[in-house]
Amino acid sequence: MLGCRLFVLIKNVIMKKFALLLLTTILFWGCTDDGPSGPSADDFDREAILENWADNLIIPSFSNFSESTGQLHSSAETFAADPTQQNLESLRESWESSYLAFQHVSMFEMGLAMQIRYRDYLNIYPTDTEEIENSIQSGSYNLELPSLTDSQGFPALDYLLHGIGQNDTEILSYYTSDNNAENYRTYLTDLTERIDALTDQVLVSWTSGFRDEFVNNSGNGANSSLDMMVNDYIFYYEKNLRAGKIGIPAGVFSGNPLSSHVEAYYSNGFSKALFNEALTASINFFNGIHFNTDTNGQSLDDYLDYLNTMKEGADLTESINNQFELARDESEALNPDFAAQVLSNNTLMLSTYDELQKNVVNLKVDMLQALNINVDYVDADGD
Amino acid sequence: MNFSTIRTYFTDTQNAAPLAVFRILFGILMLWSIVRFAVNGWISKLYIEPQFFFSYYGFEWVQPLGEWTYIIFAVCGLSALFVAIGFKYRISIVIFFLSFTYIELMDKTTYLNHYYFISVLAFLLCWLPAHSYGAPGAGRKKAGRVPYYTVGAVKLLVGLVYFYAGLAKLNSDWLLQAQPLATWLPGRTDLPLLGSFLDQTWVAYFFSWAGAAFDLSAPFLLLYRRTRSWTYAVVVLFHILTWLLFPIGMFPFIMIGAALIFFPGAWHERVWQRLAPSRWLPATAGRTPQAERGTFGLRPNVLPGAVIGFLLLGQLVLPWRYLAQPGELFWHEEGFRFSWRVMLMEKAGYAQFWLENPRNGRRQAVQNHHFLTAFQEKQMSFQPDMMREYAQLLARHYRQSKNWDTVAVYADVYVALNGRPSRRYVKPEVDLTQVSSAAEMLLPFDDTITGL
Repeated sequence: MLGCRLFVLIKNVIMKKFALLLLTTILFWGCTDDGPSGPSADDFDREAILENWADNLIIPSFSNFSESTGQLHSSAETFAADPTQQNLESLRESWESSYLAFQHVSMFEMGLAMQIRYRDYLNIYPTDTEEIENSIQSGSYNLELPSLTDSQGFPALDYLLHGIGQNDTEILSYYTSDNNAENYRTYLTDLTERIDALTDQVLVSWTSGFRDEFVNNSGNGANSSLDMMVNDYIFYYEKNLRAGKIGIPAGVFSGNPLSSHVEAYYSNGFSKALFNEALTASINFFNGIHFNTDTNGQSLDDYLDYLNTMKEGADLTESINNQFELARDESEALNPDFAAQVLSNNTLMLSTYDELQKNVVNLKVDMLQALNINVDYVDADGD
Repeated sequence: MNFSTIRTYFTDTQNAAPLAVFRILFGILMLWSIVRFAVNGWISKLYIEPQFFFSYYGFEWVQPLGEWTYIIFAVCGLSALFVAIGFKYRISIVIFFLSFTYIELMDKTTYLNHYYFISVLAFLLCWLPAHSYGAPGAGRKKAGRVPYYTVGAVKLLVGLVYFYAGLAKLNSDWLLQAQPLATWLPGRTDLPLLGSFLDQTWVAYFFSWAGAAFDLSAPFLLLYRRTRSWTYAVVVLFHILTWLLFPIGMFPFIMIGAALIFFPGAWHERVWQRLAPSRWLPATAGRTPQAERGTFGLRPNVLPGAVIGFLLLGQLVLPWRYLAQPGELFWHEEGFRFSWRVMLMEKAGYAQFWLENPRNGRRQAVQNHHFLTAFQEKQMSFQPDMMREYAQLLARHYRQSKNWDTVAVYADVYVALNGRPSRRYVKPEVDLTQVSSAAEMLLPFDDTITGL
């Protein structure tokens, strides 16, 4: 370890010395030569992107989501105290608006969120109904166990609010007249409490220190904020949006459609709304559009445009945004309930997948190359 | 040059110090490389964790040995140490060559030109009397003598790496578009001072042209006394700079060390005597190197001379083998490895594989992370031979574990090269289990890169 530190120290010292030497050389060369000259380095400021992401997208999205999870938890408590049809409906509404708000924070799996595997605890689907029932019957469970990620979060709530009975009367009976009614009520509020608590933790970590750490880490190594955020973003787009919401239910990876694998499977046709919201969040992130406003701040689109003016290449920003719109257009015709869609006409689902897929190539190959970012931090040597 | 001058090259001798210094630095740097590799956790990450390894043609039998892989690295590191000390030199360098080369053959994913360079150097060193000075049992006061060709062979190999790396840069992407440096340099604007210049176009052009000129001229300028010292200063500057700018590991230090071979014996001897106090080494007289005593009953130098001759001849010819392949080398990469094409292109891809059961038409996409590590997936996504090997793996897996009777493997692959927009790379209708060359599976490049 000491050797490593010493090595880094020496490297830093040499780096500074050499930079100085080279600076002189280059200055000399630059002054005497009228060669081609690109835009000045001051034209682009990566820190501005990080600032925009942190202050206008990430923190506001988490604040908004945190409010919604607070509301969700209090609705659940109200319902648990008085399990009526009316309270069930208002709890469902809270669940829906909170689930939608979640689509705006799901991609930001970094810092504390990454450490605690935030996304896994909130949104693993399909949920394990057997495990949920076991936990409820026994009344003893520890939701902090990684093995229980698939029996909590929004998908578990989806089951408890929509899927546990054939109709609302039957559903309500689990919370009122069932032998284990109290356990059902407790499990429900335990879930909402946990969502709320985890979200609070992540929001607090952002507002108390991590924001500055994130913004100040504006270099361009593999551990810089920009590299990590871009990798997170692409991972989210590829795995959670493209595959999770569309590809897996459409059977792209299994050969036949898996209707039970749609997000919000038990709800009455909520999966498309969630997909649309997630797509919007992805588009907004790429373009740096502030949360809940139309203000367009600094983001990847601006960085690509800047680099493009240097290289006079194809307009990648435009291709990416066009492709986002094509994916959106293709999805317009989908049934609000994706489970019904894959059973009735899976071709439409597959064509939406294809449009989403095209942007994986744009983002993962063209954009990463233009930004000179390595896909998934691979710390091996090159030559 | 006539026959007698060639013979002189073999019969005349020179000071052994350059060879000894070369051996010592080589050993130390190799030991350092192995330790660094282990400390970074790469032994486990690259050779134990993956489920599957990409093999070189004919070397499919070279596989990591699970936990025993650590032993190979330990043997490799230890033999490097022995090489540095000069203890049991011949055996040590042979063991080093074998263990190091075994490691490199285990997975094609990790291919680097400088690893290959080390293998070639180590093989060369097996045939050189590099322990006739500065080693236990060798003279310490005064350097022994070694045949001219022994030092000359190292010079030729080192010079050849520079020169061929320079030749490879003589293409339109490098010189006229300043690619890939125009892509790479703006990514390092976080470097102190220097960084703020790196996203300027002229800097990319300056580095491209200067780099090519350096590579092409360095071997010659190092040969002549008048230019040697200054050129060596540039060698150091150049390699330190590449070390700061790019993640190229130990390579800069290896080249900085290797280029010392161009300095004369007297110079090495002076430095040696200043650095190594006489008490470090036993005071015995210099001895006659193995090479002068002859091997297998042959006259001295005949066997090593012949082997080294073939090696160097091979090195001169091998980089040109791509000429036998039609199409753009950067695109199909047949003949790209083992030819000193160093830091020459920025190429990245995305590969979505599809499995089809021709019997029932069932088709499904492959999640690469089920089979490959992130690093393997990244490397496979733009190298056609790795795609074919991966396709074979997938077909095998689905036949054996999933009981498919037949499996066809197709791929949607997109590749971006040197700042060009990505384009479709593999013909989507080609079953990759049925092809054996890049030509059968790739779409044309649709652009021209002129030059070597």
